[in-house]
Amino acid sequence: MALINFLKPKNELEEGGRSMAPVQQDDGEPQQKCPNCHKEIPLSLLLGRDLVCPCGYHFRMRARQRIGRITDKESFRELFSRMRPGNPLAFPGYEEKLEVMRGASREEESVICGTACIEGQECCLFVMEAHFMMGSMGSAAGEKITSLFEYAVEHRLPVIGYTVSGGARMQEGLLSLMQMAKTSAAVKRHSDAGLLYLAVLTDPTTGGVTASFAMEADLILAEPGAVIGFAGARVIEQTTKKALPKGFQTAEFVLEHGFVDCIVERKDQREVLGKLLKLHEGGWNNESDAL
Amino acid sequence: MSQTPYERVKTARDSQRPTGLDYIRNVFEEFLELHGDRRFGDDPAVVGGIAVLKGNPVTVIAIEKGHTARERALRNFGSPNPEGYRKALRLMKQAEKFGRPVVCFVDTSGACCGIGAEERGQGQAIAENLLELSTLCVPIISILIGEGGSGGALALALADRVWMLRNAVYSVISPEGCASILWKDAKKAEEAAQHLKLTAEDAKGFGVIEGILSERDLGKKNFYDRLGNILTRELGALSRDPDLVGKRYERFRRMGVEWMER
Repeated sequence: MALINFLKPKNELEEGGRSMAPVQQDDGEPQQKCPNCHKEIPLSLLLGRDLVCPCGYHFRMRARQRIGRITDKESFRELFSRMRPGNPLAFPGYEEKLEVMRGASREEESVICGTACIEGQECCLFVMEAHFMMGSMGSAAGEKITSLFEYAVEHRLPVIGYTVSGGARMQEGLLSLMQMAKTSAAVKRHSDAGLLYLAVLTDPTTGGVTASFAMEADLILAEPGAVIGFAGARVIEQTTKKALPKGFQTAEFVLEHGFVDCIVERKDQREVLGKLLKLHEGGWNNESDAL
Repeated sequence: MSQTPYERVKTARDSQRPTGLDYIRNVFEEFLELHGDRRFGDDPAVVGGIAVLKGNPVTVIAIEKGHTARERALRNFGSPNPEGYRKALRLMKQAEKFGRPVVCFVDTSGACCGIGAEERGQGQAIAENLLELSTLCVPIISILIGEGGSGGALALALADRVWMLRNAVYSVISPEGCASILWKDAKKAEEAAQHLKLTAEDAKGFGVIEGILSERDLGKKNFYDRLGNILTRELGALSRDPDLVGKRYERFRRMGVEWMER
């Protein structure tokens, strides 16, 4: 498929919750109501379609599931998996919350890092996890991402990053804010080394993550309908007391305003990532101008 | 006389406190304001230009809140739009080209939260500043003079030295915002301020800032003269450092590491 085919026309999706809450139907088949087309979709059908409704609506996907979908079989090797958050501010309830999140998500932090092959090409990969405190960035998440970019510089590898985040993690206060600076500096070093960084923004990518590494990639892809922005829509509405434009802060809106390169459906992502990695392997080959 | 964290927040927000322009006018011998981001417009919430400090040219950028109701409205209450951050970056790149150090005065409750700001890429504008400031080849000193509100403040505080006034605050979220998320009640801001550890002493304890500036004679000649002397001395030392950018990287690289498990 040609790359141009991935530049999809505008897709006005309604805003709404994206969490999976299947409803048991009379016939025993679990169903999931789609917030876009409002139809009850059998869960088995959704699972077979990478959690994309036949109408095109992309439900949220777990990080490890994504890694399985986009990387070559058995190629993913996890890095920095022992990095865990502490409680620097002694913020009340934070440790308990982390414990609950670990149990519910079976992850130690809101981002998974490692190396993998995509369509045969080696790269560094980070994928954020919405099920861990809505992908918020604390010190450990920032350290993992920073370490990954440093690893990529050392091994001269491109970085592919899937973002999903509510922003900086409030419970780690100022130290979470500093992760924006820290990750940005690491992205810059990687960029200055002439290496490719490709970000895929998924629903939702907001706050401090948008205002740092999500928007710093050489190529920025987005998943259809993903909410992408800096301030939260509800906060903007309350502050400005104005109705928000239709489709405000969706991937399509952000594309129209010039802040992402293209919108790529989930089913095409592996192929597009593979192609883009291939296109950045080297510059012009001097032998190709031989007549 | 020790203030509670929330009293500090209120002091930091006091409209009678010296604002960015007060510092620019009183610390430096001369100042020529330069406008516009060369992309879209000129943001009155960010004032930038070339100043002279003890005979040396310096690029100065300040977030300006204004004192009176009218000034505050004109300055968008010190909440910059993307144009403000892009203007700041333009002037800082210019400083780099001509070998001038950069001094930033930061005072904002946060980057502007609005429809236009989102349409013009508020997140991208802040991100680009962080990216570019991380390797800017001239010394950068940022001084938090009032409120240091989240990414909107950090976009002008990725610096070699970050100092806070004794009663300035620096936080990832406002105490009101934190309270409404945690307890669905913005009125519990006092309690949230307590937990957020947003005072200058806290920031120093976390290694986020190098120094706390005394507020003795705040707004008086003595105060500005003292600051001018400290700035001159520190900019001189930084200018002679052959590994300025490497040290700036390490400064941020270690943040948070001490408090996590690895």
